[in-house]
Amino acid sequence: MRIETEKLSYAYGESKALMNLALKDVTLTVEEGEFFGIIGQTGSGKTTFVQHLNGLIKLKKNSGSIKIGEFDLGEKKCDFKKLRARLGMVFQYPEYQLFAETVFEDVAFGVKNFMPETSPEQVEVMVKDALETVGLNYLKVKDKSPFELSGGQKRRVAIAGVIVTKPEVLVLDEPVAGLDPQGKREFIALLHKLHKSFVKTIILVSHDMDLVAENCTRAAVFSHGQIVAVGTPKEIFSNAESLEQTGLDLPLTAYLTNMLKQAGITAENDYTVDGLIKAIVSEINCGGER
Amino acid sequence: MKDVTFGQYFPAKSFVHNMDARVKILAVIAYIVAVFLVKAFHFLGFLACFLFVIIATIFSRVPFLKVLRSIKGILFFIILSAILQIFFNADGKILLEWKFIKITDKGLLNAGFIVARISLIVLGASLLTLTTSPVEIADGIESLMYPLKWIKFPVHEFALIMSIALRFIPTLLDETDRIIKAQKARGADFESGNLFKRAKALIPVLIPLLISSFRRADELADAMDARCYSGSKNRTKYKKMRLTWRDAVATVFIAGLIVGVVFLNKFYWLLVV
Ligand SMILES: Nc1ncnc2c1ncn2[C@@H]1O[C@H](COP(=O)(O)OP(=O)(O)O)[C@@H](O)[C@H]1O
Ligand SMILES: [Mg+2]
Repeated sequence: MRIETEKLSYAYGESKALMNLALKDVTLTVEEGEFFGIIGQTGSGKTTFVQHLNGLIKLKKNSGSIKIGEFDLGEKKCDFKKLRARLGMVFQYPEYQLFAETVFEDVAFGVKNFMPETSPEQVEVMVKDALETVGLNYLKVKDKSPFELSGGQKRRVAIAGVIVTKPEVLVLDEPVAGLDPQGKREFIALLHKLHKSFVKTIILVSHDMDLVAENCTRAAVFSHGQIVAVGTPKEIFSNAESLEQTGLDLPLTAYLTNMLKQAGITAENDYTVDGLIKAIVSEINCGGER
Repeated sequence: MKDVTFGQYFPAKSFVHNMDARVKILAVIAYIVAVFLVKAFHFLGFLACFLFVIIATIFSRVPFLKVLRSIKGILFFIILSAILQIFFNADGKILLEWKFIKITDKGLLNAGFIVARISLIVLGASLLTLTTSPVEIADGIESLMYPLKWIKFPVHEFALIMSIALRFIPTLLDETDRIIKAQKARGADFESGNLFKRAKALIPVLIPLLISSFRRADELADAMDARCYSGSKNRTKYKKMRLTWRDAVATVFIAGLIVGVVFLNKFYWLLVV
């Protein structure tokens, strides 16, 4: 599904004062198949934006349009339930949404809501699939209470609860917050695994510039409710000054590239770790030939 | 859910904001007493109370609409009590009769009286919470309850519980909002179905909320322990409450209101012939 917003504006509460706009004329298109990053300081409107995408925040009159695949979110008869089944959303600290007595029931919650006609056997297959996809042992965890699991396992269960209906778009709001480096790596690997199977489009909201530089095909920079830059990580992070104006850091690879430049070594690269290493290696080889 | 005006502090610098919280609390109690003192159908007494609220609002620099909006929160309750009075009061002259419903002049008067009474109380109480921060209110109540220490009532602990509860209301509202959204994203439906179904739909919201409240309580207790908090013993206050000329003026003013209401009760016939 193609995601398209046009001139999307939003203000919390009744305030119409321009100062209080949480979103202001946000126009953005995310094509099917992208691994799209959304970055910006705390309070820049990232969460507000992504919560519009599945109708958790309702579009107000005369404040722009949102079209996702065949869904027009401005229309009265837009079927949000159907949309939410196809656009999964993982919240920040998703483990706080666990509620059921067993892991199985919690993961099955989405299936029961979105596809109430599913047979119990089919539900079991789907839950098993989801739990195994997130790297949990189905037989071991299915009858446990979600609250007796470790933090990392809880988060996996919560994510299994979102992907169990195989949404084709997955939106994640700061999903790695509070994970250790190992957990982070595993999580990113999981995202790529999902992106290769049923999830066609991923939208990743993050503070972590390294994460975005390394994984995203494109990204948008939010600042005070507006998009100030859209492009590939390379395009965004090459423009260090404008990024710093929005209060954001550069990824480590961009810092290194800049330091090399100051030392007289131009290692043009796309700011992934691999890209930087390749650029340095080729620079060294060229230097050898000279 | 964010539209709860009743109980929301409106920060400003004003005569009323600068008053001692204790005096404000006592003044509101006195005001409520005044509202209750108004004898049935002496609406002039209510007018005096309403004037009092208007003047207090002017001196508090809170937009008058904001104070009025506090009534919205209990509108349902007000309407319900009015309806009960109108339809089920059989006394007085019958104006309209239909099957078992009788509308009488006394019923109408009663309804008007009750609506005015509840509205005025809410207006006054909301003016207190609009001009006094929750912390100040808790401090004020603690100070006012100080005499209860004589009967070994844990005044300080009580005030602490109260201020913590007040402090966490916005946090819990935020949290509720978030959990509702998260479950909606998983297809939860809170809007359709019968009452039983809707109540059941709340379970996925209430359980995470309960769990996170326990977690927060634990964390808070740990944080207080870590800073060696040990209750009321030898504890001094960061903000000392002091009576000022403002409090004297306000006291005179509220005393005037009560005298006025009592006077109106006694000599109502002098004014309304
Ligand atoms: N529930 C809410 N009520 C009122 N204002 C809010 C609410 N949620 C967010 N805001 C405000 O909207 C702006 C954008 O917030 P948000 O979208 O959460 O930013 P981000 O996710 O980038 O940190 C902020 O200024 C924030 O204070
Ligand atoms: Mg956010």
